[in-house]
Amino acid sequence: MLFAVLLPLLFAILVPMLSKWKHKIHTGIFVFFIPFLIFLYFIRFVGNDFTPVRQVYNWIPSLGINFDFYLDGLSLLFVLLISGIGSLVVFYSIYYLHVSERLGSFYVYLLMFMTAMLGVVLSDNLFVLYTFWELTSISSFLLIGYWHYRERSRYGAQKSMLITVFGGLSMLGGFILLTVITGTTSIQEMITQTDLILSSDYLPLIMGLILLGAFTKSAQFPFHIWLPDAMEAPTPVSAYLHSATMVKAGIFLVARFSPIFATYEWFFIIVSIVGIATLCWASYMAVRQTDLKGILAFSTISQLGMIMAMLGFGTKAAIFAAIFHILNHATFKGSLFMVAGIIDHETGTRDIRRLGGLLTVMPITATLAVFGTFSMAGIPLPFLNGFYSKEMFFEATLHLNEVVNPIANVIIPLIPYLAVFGSIFTFVYSMYFFFGVFTGPKQFDKLKIKPHEAPIGMLVSPIILVVGVVFIGLFPNSVNGTFLIHAAEAVNNAVEIKDIHFWHGWIPPLFMSLAVVGIGALLYLTREKWSNVYHVLPGKMSMNKVYDGLVKNVDTFSTRLTNTYMTGSLKTYMSIILGTIIFVTFIVMISTNGFNMEFNNLAEVTWIELAVVVIIIIAALATMFTTSKLGAILITGVVGYGVATLFVIYRAPDLALTQLVIETVSVALFLLCFYHLPKLEKRKESTGSKLNNMIISIGFGALMTLIAISAHSTEWFDPISDYFIETAYKLGGGHNVVNVILVDMRGLDTLFEIAVLGIAALAIFSLIKLRKDKEAE
Amino acid sequence: MEIIIAILSGVLMTTGVYNLLQKQLLRIVIGTVLLSHGAHLFILTMGKLKTGQPPILHDGIENYTDPLPQALILTSIVISFGITSLLLVLAYRTARENNTDNMEKLRGTENE
Repeated sequence: MLFAVLLPLLFAILVPMLSKWKHKIHTGIFVFFIPFLIFLYFIRFVGNDFTPVRQVYNWIPSLGINFDFYLDGLSLLFVLLISGIGSLVVFYSIYYLHVSERLGSFYVYLLMFMTAMLGVVLSDNLFVLYTFWELTSISSFLLIGYWHYRERSRYGAQKSMLITVFGGLSMLGGFILLTVITGTTSIQEMITQTDLILSSDYLPLIMGLILLGAFTKSAQFPFHIWLPDAMEAPTPVSAYLHSATMVKAGIFLVARFSPIFATYEWFFIIVSIVGIATLCWASYMAVRQTDLKGILAFSTISQLGMIMAMLGFGTKAAIFAAIFHILNHATFKGSLFMVAGIIDHETGTRDIRRLGGLLTVMPITATLAVFGTFSMAGIPLPFLNGFYSKEMFFEATLHLNEVVNPIANVIIPLIPYLAVFGSIFTFVYSMYFFFGVFTGPKQFDKLKIKPHEAPIGMLVSPIILVVGVVFIGLFPNSVNGTFLIHAAEAVNNAVEIKDIHFWHGWIPPLFMSLAVVGIGALLYLTREKWSNVYHVLPGKMSMNKVYDGLVKNVDTFSTRLTNTYMTGSLKTYMSIILGTIIFVTFIVMISTNGFNMEFNNLAEVTWIELAVVVIIIIAALATMFTTSKLGAILITGVVGYGVATLFVIYRAPDLALTQLVIETVSVALFLLCFYHLPKLEKRKESTGSKLNNMIISIGFGALMTLIAISAHSTEWFDPISDYFIETAYKLGGGHNVVNVILVDMRGLDTLFEIAVLGIAALAIFSLIKLRKDKEAE
Repeated sequence: MEIIIAILSGVLMTTGVYNLLQKQLLRIVIGTVLLSHGAHLFILTMGKLKTGQPPILHDGIENYTDPLPQALILTSIVISFGITSLLLVLAYRTARENNTDNMEKLRGTENE
């Protein structure tokens, strides 16, 4: 199974070579066999006696992250959709994309996506699932931005990336929490620990985070906004990713986790409300679109909302209907996207206002569209699969599980009405799609290309899908026992095999369907009259505006924030650094009672030392106030010599010697530079800035004084210096202990100190000697 | 006396930081010099001040001052001298190249 999952990715390595080597033959022909082989591999599993298969391949066993593949009914349904529609889409793209396009990139991305999607639905390990999940986001990003020279493509790609990755990361958070609680990374093992998860305090957080991932991926309200913009991708991509497979990853995730969360009432409330809201809003918005793919995008969103709502209901009938509709939606929506692509390809436009009267010109395409749109609308005809699942949906809305939660009690009676409302608009846009394109006045003069029927190769894929629509419509029970029931069992164990019939007698769902058709037809015919309602709602309101505003404001806000502290002024940076040091150290010292003042065991104060100290203090203070360059340098010299005197007093002859020499050299150096430096100006500074400088410098000085005193007052252990004094002669062979330490006991310090001096000398030399402008001359 | 030296070290650091926060290059270099003086005295106070003879071995003397801080300070003096001289030359070159020693005027362009 691992090989089946990774096959597309492995083949993707060869694709660039193939596209270069055989550039006259369409690369898609080679690629076509990959999904087809995978389809053949997995179709073997279909049957009445299907039992789940589990295969484990080690990846990072120490972290419990392994390629655990678990093929149950749900995975099998998705795997067959992915590989089956994948084959059809690749076949379709052979005719859709011209050889002059960058085919190599296209098929690499597509194969990458295929592996990712197979991985998502087969993984039993949460973290492997997440890995593949993000790979779908990345490959979808690449495919949406396929025509990257178009501004709209880049915008759409970025938008889908930001939204889906936001959801993906939330989901990862949920996964980590789940792993921490259950101590396992396997979903199936988590299902056995459902009680533990349901009693956890983190339950709302876990469910919220995971649902966030599912809702963003499956374009649920209010995260649906990326899907219409993803229509900038080539049509085969839209048909594959944005109708049949990737957008159902969220659905898959919710279905996968249903056994864990199903009894939690907030799961019912949130998923149902979001699903129904998505269904209604997107079907309402779809009627307003003028772009064929725009209509289909909103239609996809609303159908996904419907499936999501059914998963939320969680009743046996609803789960079965959801699974059934996943299959049905994939067939008719895939074919409709391909039809839209054919129309675009053969007329040069997707704008429904410029199309019309294509029925006689493109009869085959029109026939395909009839089946697709009528099935989508759920018209009660015995050969359309859409009707069956729609009717099951209505039935499910009428028989919901009783929940004690007061919020649930409010929404349960409303759900059937909302479902009918959404379905009415579904009917309207379906009719609009078909009749708007294929009937009405011919206006071929507005088209760039003279419309004609598509080549047969392009029609093969949608024909196969439409045959699927009709086949499921005519013989719904043929897919039931062998296939769907296993998928439904994976979600909800207690599903019994139920025959699917076209005719159930005069029951409420049928009346609901008839109401949808009746009111829908009325609304479609009077569309011109009420379309003004869109100026009221949504009017100026739009989630896109929220998104754009968010993206823009985050940008401007962070720029503004960065500009407040990244001023380019060294002084500001120094203030921030020192201020932080002072603040943090003071807080730590005070909170840990670090300041410790003891005044015993001190050396005596003598007048001569005091005099030197006073001189140094006066000199140091004077550097702050002098305005003469020479003065400043000399006063600094005074400080240095003062320190040297202190070294003499404190019995440090080597230090005093070094300090004297170095101070002399330093002052000489200062004086050398003195001539070349501009004059010290009188300081013109604001009082605020002066105050700031004063506070920081005094704070820093006070801090160091306090630390010095309290360090001196604390003695943890005896110094190790006795050892140096004892062994300086015995081991080092010298009388001067300081020198023995420097060259013998701690000789490495000295070595690198010499290196520092050497580097400084080289640097000074190169600063003075090497000039870029001189070289240029 | 340790208290007084600690205060002195604090004063040196105060003036050092104050000079460091100024705009002129020369003052900044002077600030670093003062800071390093402060640090050296700080290290010196950490060993006890004046508890014995200079750490040069003589027969008959038992009591020496702590030699380790002295060795550390010696290393530090040399390093800070290297840094100071490099800074000075850098300041000199900067002032010559840019015709200003005002730090507020020495800024990168917008996109750096």
